[in-house]
Amino acid sequence: MPDLLTETTAARPHARQEEAAGIKASPHARARALTLTRGLVGLALLAVVWELAPRTGLINPYFVPPLSQVLAAWGQMVVDGEMLKHVDASLLRSSIGFGLAIAVGVPLGGAIAWYRPVRELLTPVLEIFRNTAALALLPVFVLILGIGETSKIAIVAYACFFPVLLNTISGVSTADPQLLRAARVLGLSPVTTFRKVVFPAALPTIFTGIRLAGAAAVLVLIAAEMIGATAGLGYFINYAQNNFLIPQMYAAILTTALLGLIVNYGLVALERRMSRWRA
Amino acid sequence: MSSRIELTGVRQVFNVKNASGRREQFVALDGLDLIVEAGELFVLVGPSGCGKSTVLDLISGLTRPASGTVRVEGREVKGPGLDRGFVFQHYTLLPWRTARGNVEFALEAAGLSRADRRSRAAHYLDLVGLADFADRYPQELSGGMKQRVAIARSLSYQPEVLLMDEPYGALDAQTRERLQEELLTIWRRTGTTIVFITHDIDEAVYLGQRVAVMSSRPGRVQTVIDVDLDRKSPQHDIRSSGQFATYRHHIWSLLRSPDPRSPELRPAAEEADRVA
Repeated sequence: MPDLLTETTAARPHARQEEAAGIKASPHARARALTLTRGLVGLALLAVVWELAPRTGLINPYFVPPLSQVLAAWGQMVVDGEMLKHVDASLLRSSIGFGLAIAVGVPLGGAIAWYRPVRELLTPVLEIFRNTAALALLPVFVLILGIGETSKIAIVAYACFFPVLLNTISGVSTADPQLLRAARVLGLSPVTTFRKVVFPAALPTIFTGIRLAGAAAVLVLIAAEMIGATAGLGYFINYAQNNFLIPQMYAAILTTALLGLIVNYGLVALERRMSRWRA
Repeated sequence: MSSRIELTGVRQVFNVKNASGRREQFVALDGLDLIVEAGELFVLVGPSGCGKSTVLDLISGLTRPASGTVRVEGREVKGPGLDRGFVFQHYTLLPWRTARGNVEFALEAAGLSRADRRSRAAHYLDLVGLADFADRYPQELSGGMKQRVAIARSLSYQPEVLLMDEPYGALDAQTRERLQEELLTIWRRTGTTIVFITHDIDEAVYLGQRVAVMSSRPGRVQTVIDVDLDRKSPQHDIRSSGQFATYRHHIWSLLRSPDPRSPELRPAAEEADRVA
């Protein structure tokens, strides 16, 4: 049947489909530039208010020094290595805790969602722990693990663990049953099905959990460092306040905000790289 | 490259919850006998909820019958296997893999080497006319193109039987016709046994060498019709021929008239929106 054969090989998608298939929503460069400009204007406004309000005496410059003084203090701290010391201490603790939470939370969440007996065994226990505020447990951690690094890493790991775990569970258990059917038809083993179908399908949801955990890591750590530590941004903010180093205190607070931003955007960028298929 | 399929005295029962929330048994199939010859393009047509998909699940090995036997090439079906391919209505492509990646996914299951997967995927994407779209993600493809990828995926590991569960149900009329033509071509080329499920009478007449009309509650084969259409000239619009209309009307009447064997004498159309 030569006619039909040639027709099939010629049966390519027509131009409109091709056109439609090529469409990718990317805003125009001009629109993006405008968005960026507006954002910068907003930031500039904040800076101006911060600078002028103390200078004009609208707020007490002793408690809220003008931005320029804060930035000068920040620069000084960077130069004399003080800032690096505290950032280093904080970053190390939060990244170890964060990493531990992911290393435990993702596999455990996968197991809980994938194996029914495990889920039934652990769900009530996890519900109790999930509803216990991480910082409420800080005294317990200090009691058991001491005032050193371990207790602070543990509290970060604890705070990061639940967002990762719960999102992994939800991602894995909501994997498209149609895809599971397709995997079964191909005779894939449960392990292969998990690796090639369920896990990639759950990845976007898992990443939401990881991002929440990233934010939690910084927040909880700062609070923990305020209570008991000899270095770290939280410790320094408290220390500066006690010693009336007000510009330095604000410099450290700004740094924590910056750290949070970097962590969040870093994770967003990573997520985007890993889920380019969502276009 | 093709196998004979034999279902004998098949009964399938599901536990379902009724309106008041109590569990009860739902008899999806009862006393179903069916033989699909090797290399045949066999169509099962029937109203929604008549158990068509249940039949396909049984042949694929996704489910086991409550009683009776399902045999493919003389061997009883004990579970899914790569000797049978399955094309679902909802494409079931992995959204994080490209068209090529989706075809290769099946070939990974079949245990082919990387180089073989690559060339095999290229070959089958070309067969369905998607050679230029190998690097597109499913989200970037139209419904018809997605279903072509799914067909390429199911053919790629060269199963002896291809099971298709209302594969064109979600497509627009023109795309559907196009894919029907392509399916006939592919079938002639590969010689694969195809069991095709549809509720569309036109589709059944157009594709089927033989068409089994099913009745529902419980599902069984009412009649099997040999469709003998003159398909020799491709330019000829076979769907508007008198022969075609006769077959169409015949099946239509069978679906309308109650099955004399069925205990409940209700018209098939009433069942249209039920799901098994």
